[in-house]
Amino acid sequence: MIRQLWLPVAAACLALFVAACGSTKERTGAEGAPSQTSEPYTDRIAPGPAPLEDQGFDTAAAAERALTTNLIYFDFDDTVIKPEYAGVIDAFANYLTANPTAKLRLEGHADERGTREYNVGLGERRALSVESALLAKGVRRDQLSVISYGEERPADPGHDEAAWAKNRRVQLVRQ
Amino acid sequence: MKSIRWVALALCLAGTGAQAELEITVTGGVETALPIAIVPFAQVEDVQLDVAQVVDNDLARSGRFKTLPRRDMLQKPVAPEQIDPAAWRAQGIDNVVVGQIARNDSGYFARFYLIDTVRGQQLLAYDIPARRVDQMRYVAHQIADLIYEKLLGVPGYFNTKIAYVSASGIGYERTFQLLVADADGENPRVVATSREPLMSPTWSPDRKQLAYVGYERGRSAIYLHTLATGEVKRLISERGINGSPAFSPDGSKLAVTLSFENNPDIYVIDLRSGARKRLTDHYGIDTEPAWSPDGSKLVFTSDRGGQPQIYEIDAQGGDARRLTFQGRQNLRASYSPDGRSLVLVNSESGRYRIGLLDLATGDLRVLSNGPLDESPSFAPGGAVVIYATQTARGAELATVSVDGRVRQSLRQASGDVREPAWSPLVR
Repeated sequence: MIRQLWLPVAAACLALFVAACGSTKERTGAEGAPSQTSEPYTDRIAPGPAPLEDQGFDTAAAAERALTTNLIYFDFDDTVIKPEYAGVIDAFANYLTANPTAKLRLEGHADERGTREYNVGLGERRALSVESALLAKGVRRDQLSVISYGEERPADPGHDEAAWAKNRRVQLVRQ
Repeated sequence: MKSIRWVALALCLAGTGAQAELEITVTGGVETALPIAIVPFAQVEDVQLDVAQVVDNDLARSGRFKTLPRRDMLQKPVAPEQIDPAAWRAQGIDNVVVGQIARNDSGYFARFYLIDTVRGQQLLAYDIPARRVDQMRYVAHQIADLIYEKLLGVPGYFNTKIAYVSASGIGYERTFQLLVADADGENPRVVATSREPLMSPTWSPDRKQLAYVGYERGRSAIYLHTLATGEVKRLISERGINGSPAFSPDGSKLAVTLSFENNPDIYVIDLRSGARKRLTDHYGIDTEPAWSPDGSKLVFTSDRGGQPQIYEIDAQGGDARRLTFQGRQNLRASYSPDGRSLVLVNSESGRYRIGLLDLATGDLRVLSNGPLDESPSFAPGGAVVIYATQTARGAELATVSVDGRVRQSLRQASGDVREPAWSPLVR
């Protein structure tokens, strides 16, 4: 046991010693006036920043990427947009205000619990909740349309909470 | 316990691949079920259908009759004079049906007799004509209807149809079909097919039309489908929700849910003039209207009190009155044919089950035990409730007698089936 510990410890000591010797040497050389170098010091500094014309940040692509998250999920029997979806709302509001001819369809969905027609009502309420959030960000009403599919188009066909959570949603579909 | 299985022949449908098979299983039976023997009929050779067996199946499935298995029949009479009442009485059989299928100038006819072996009386004797051999199944249902009414005093409902929705596939690959089958699950026919949801089928009182909800080009719509001609009319397609069609009992009006005036409310459309009347005006969700049998009132679902509950309103409008107080939620009510009770979806502790509400006493009785039962309505005559249920095998249709004792399941070999609507009796 002891012998096994010794080897790495010895190796570490040796390494420290060698390193110390090296630095001692440099320090010795640096003693007194700095030694002259053959080239000016400034030449060793990287050249000043140069703009990269082709690989710069593409604002349009980033805005496009922001629109790939187009689902907002809701709690059971609830129509409140949770704070975590503020970014989704902002991204689509920016897109619609920047593209006045663009149109967006808000598809409201519910999980399978409850009756079908009541769930159509609930899905519409969720879609309208997203519509209100977009209108509040300055989106024009004629850019938006609302449709509710109730529980008729589940994203997940399962019959448990995990599936239901995926099905209580508003899907933002660009037209 | 009784278990009967049929598999209907699937219709071959171009392009859809959906199998339209309904398989029926019956469990339970009332203790007071009437013992009856339906003796095999003497039939001309070109009638392949076992008419007596169809009659037997109808009566047995109702739960109100206990039919004698053929292997236990000691005699197989085909005419009343061949019946030995004492021998049947000894087997505990109070009623015997005998008959024959023969040809005449205009086609075929079924002649049958219902004999009371206790009193030794002939209760029924009928000739029922059939022009073609493929009408024999409907002749059998008529025989079952006549026997049911004679012995129970209420009309039989075997010569009726069930409309339902079938869905298969997931997401945007989903295919929806609206089907109509005989009440025993036979002869399913596809009425409409769509890649968009089909919902809420309902029969006109003359059972010539179906109203239902569909989606087209990003909008929902209510359609009127005339079955004999296949003609489809888009009745209404407003912005927002177009849902929950319900014919008034006289067939002149359609109650619907529309949300174009900002939130879902109940409207009544006059089918002749097209005039539209707004019946409710509330910021809550008002939906799922159903008419009382006399057409004077409607019930509907509303979450105006926080949770969805059932409310009643005069057909002329006015204030809505809340009817349900038991259970966290109550939804999609419809009246019994006598107007004394409502069948509805009752939710408690996260389960959705079928409930029967007695309107006089306010008592609510739970009839089913599924976790996700929905779309209940009364079969004609009011002895049975049909609904949709979620089982380990998938979504099925089910019926339960109003006393909760006799259950049937109707399932399709592939694809979900839901939203059953039993056609009215046309007398």
